[in-house]
Amino acid sequence: MANAGATQDTGASRFDLIGRAGRNANKPEQHKAGRVKIRVENLSFHYGKNTALRNISLDIFEHRVTALIGPSGCGKSTFLRCLNRMNDIIEDTRMEGRILLDGQDVASPAADVVELRRKVGMVFQKPNPFPKSIFENVAYGPRINGIRNRTELAGIVEHSLRQAALWDEVHHDMKKPGTSLSGGQQQRLCIARALAVRPDVLLMDEPTSALDPIATAKIEELIDRLEEEYTIVIVTHNMQQAARVSDFTGFFYLGELIEEGPTEKLFTAPDRKQTEDYITGRFG
Amino acid sequence: MTHLLHDELQHLKHILLRMSGMVEHAINMSVHSLLDNDESLARKVIESDHAIDMLEMEIDEMCLRLLALHQPVAIDLRFIIASTKINTDLERMGDLAVNIAERALYLIHKPQIDAGIDLKRMSDFAQKMARESLDALVQSDSMKAREICRSDDLLDDMNRQALTLLAAYMENHPEAVKSAVHLLLITRHLERIGDMATNICESIVFMTEGRSIKHHAEEYG
Repeated sequence: MANAGATQDTGASRFDLIGRAGRNANKPEQHKAGRVKIRVENLSFHYGKNTALRNISLDIFEHRVTALIGPSGCGKSTFLRCLNRMNDIIEDTRMEGRILLDGQDVASPAADVVELRRKVGMVFQKPNPFPKSIFENVAYGPRINGIRNRTELAGIVEHSLRQAALWDEVHHDMKKPGTSLSGGQQQRLCIARALAVRPDVLLMDEPTSALDPIATAKIEELIDRLEEEYTIVIVTHNMQQAARVSDFTGFFYLGELIEEGPTEKLFTAPDRKQTEDYITGRFG
Repeated sequence: MTHLLHDELQHLKHILLRMSGMVEHAINMSVHSLLDNDESLARKVIESDHAIDMLEMEIDEMCLRLLALHQPVAIDLRFIIASTKINTDLERMGDLAVNIAERALYLIHKPQIDAGIDLKRMSDFAQKMARESLDALVQSDSMKAREICRSDDLLDDMNRQALTLLAAYMENHPEAVKSAVHLLLITRHLERIGDMATNICESIVFMTEGRSIKHHAEEYG
C-alpha cells in the first residue's frame, strides 16, 4: 500500500521540466547559484598513460543538486570519484589541479583523506549494504568515528533512516539483515549509512540504475528533500532524471566538460552543439 | 526510440508545411475574390477552411503525443512548442481568409466605395508578410523572421490610415455605412494576418535561437 501511495505522489510531482519550473516558481531562490561548496580548478586525471579528465573547472554550489551527464567513458564517474579521492585506491593514477572544498584543497597529498570521505559521502550504482543488520549498517560509520553510547547511536540511526525515508518501513525490525531488504530499500539504507556520519556533500554514482521506476521515484524525491541540508552531485545516464532532480548540469564528453549551467537552460537551449546533439540523441 | 522521434519530427514538419501552403493559398484566394469581385473564389475559401481545421487538430494531437511519449529536449522540444504555436497562428490566418471572403461576398453586390484606400497595396503587403513568414519557417531562417517582424509596423500604419479615411467617408456617405464597416473590417483582417505572420516569425526565432523576442520590439533588430 505504501508503494501505491508513493506512485500517486510521484505522478503529481514528476512533471519533468514543467514540474521543476513550477516548483522553482514558488522557490525563486532555487535559481540562484548561492555559495560555492566545491571549486574545481583545472583538474586533470590520468590512468597510466590514458588521460581520463582534461583541465576541468567547475563550481558546485551548496544546497544544490548538480547532475553530471555524458556518454559512457566520458569521465563523469572519474570526476565524481576525484571529489572524495576514491580514485586514490587505483594504482598508477595521477591527478593534477585543485579541488577546493570550503576553500581547502582536498586534492593535495597533504589533505586528510579520511576526514574528506566523512565530509563527502558516496552512494554507488548497486546497493551495497554490509552483511549486517539494518541497525549496524547505519551505526557502522558513527561507531568507527568513536561514538559508543548506545542511546546516541540509536538516535543517529533513527535520524538517518528518517532522512533516507526508510524508517517507517524498517523500524519494527532493525535486526533484520540489510541484504534482506528490496533493492530500493537497500539503496535508501546505503543513503542512510552515508548520512549517518553527517557529511556535507553526497556523491551519487547512478544511484537508481539498478532500481525499478517506483524505487527510482522514491530516491528522486529523497534527493529533492536532502538538497535542503546537503550538497548533492549525481552522475546519471538517465537524462530525464538529470532534468527532474538537478539545479545545475554539467555535460562531459571525451574527458572534457563541454558545457555546464542551470539545468533548465541546458535542457531547453544549450549553448554548445555537442550538448544539443547528445541530449537529443543525435550523437555519432 | 530516438530515431523514431526524429522521423516523427520530420513528419510533423512536413504536415506543418502542408498546412502553411493551404493557408497561403486561402489568403491568396480571399484577396483575389475581393479585388476581382469573384464570388466563386470567395466560396472556395470558405469551403476549404474545414481541411485547415482538420489539419490543425492533427498537428495538435501529434505534438501532444510527441511530448508525452518522447520527453524531447533542446531543439526538439523548442520545435514542438513552436509548432503548436505556429499551428494556432496558421489556423487563425485561415479563419481571417474566410472572414475576408465572407465580407467580399457582401461587398460584391454593393456599389463600390471610393474612400481612397489602396486595398491592393495593403492586401499585397499582408500576403507578402504571410508568404515570407512561411518561407522563413521552411528555411528555419531567424534573420529573415526578424526582418518580417520589423515590417509589421508598416501594415499597422496602413490600417490606421484606412480607419481615418473610412471614418471620414462614413460621415459624408451615411447610406454606405454598412458597406464601409465591412471594408473597414477587411483592412482589420489584413492587419491581423500581418500580426499572425509576426507571431509565426517570433516562434521561428524561439525555435532556432532558443530565446523569446515576444513583446520586445527592440529585439527585432
